[in-house]
Amino acid sequence: MVDFDVVDLGPTDHVSVGETASDFTRPLVTDEGWEDRSFADAAGSPTVLVFTTMAGAFLAEYTLTELWDRGIGVGESTAIDDGATRTESAADSGTLTALADATVLAVSISSPYELAPFLREHDLPYGVFSDPSNAVAESYGVVHDLDGMTGVAEPRPAIFVLDGDRTIEYAWVATEWPDFPDYDELEAVLDDR
Amino acid sequence: MTTDDAAPITLYRLQGCPYCERVVRVLDELDLEYHSRFVEPLHSRRNAVKRVAGVRTVPVVVDDETGVTMAESANIVSYLERTYGEGET
Repeated sequence: MVDFDVVDLGPTDHVSVGETASDFTRPLVTDEGWEDRSFADAAGSPTVLVFTTMAGAFLAEYTLTELWDRGIGVGESTAIDDGATRTESAADSGTLTALADATVLAVSISSPYELAPFLREHDLPYGVFSDPSNAVAESYGVVHDLDGMTGVAEPRPAIFVLDGDRTIEYAWVATEWPDFPDYDELEAVLDDR
Repeated sequence: MTTDDAAPITLYRLQGCPYCERVVRVLDELDLEYHSRFVEPLHSRRNAVKRVAGVRTVPVVVDDETGVTMAESANIVSYLERTYGEGET
């Protein structure tokens, strides 16, 4: 890491392991369009819920492409169910089933018009909930007030793993800015279920 | 009622498309529950519509109750009025 102090985001009062993650409805964006969906309806078992930055920031790109590269949530179309055939999944190798079967859903404050091209550009099969008001991040206790952007807040980078009843099994919330998830730990959690 | 995931009617639409709004108006008048699916503005990228309806134009209505998939706002309006309107037989 760098040889100077990075920004400490301070403590947070986020939802934690054992609690039930609250439901919400927002436009769920894929590379082809968007529609109102409830989180409960779109979620699977397990679900990897990723709070990320605006589309365009490198954190969003690096985080979601890393999940994709590791074969997490690539087993099926996670979002708009209209018979779309997604990119051939890494699960076809037969070795990544536990990871591939997870449903990856992200939350960003970007509008659908930014998120759809972002997903298309990086060939990501994931659905991202568009939440310009940042209210979903608020309800999960993971708000990040961006320094230098008055009137704009976005989620603090965070990852939750939820079971089929939306009970939280794993929670990671950034404590520094920038900060990346511990992908190995996330993989281990999914593998051990 | 546009937020019901389980609504039997799905409307493929564009933001600010008057033909789509025409269909929305009729859906509202007939008090029908429907679910909006917003698709790509760029015609050539509207494969989500092409897959269900065979065309890339919007609006397209998919009615799970009747098994009907239909394009063209004028056709959709007359279909909705015929199926769910006053003159229903």
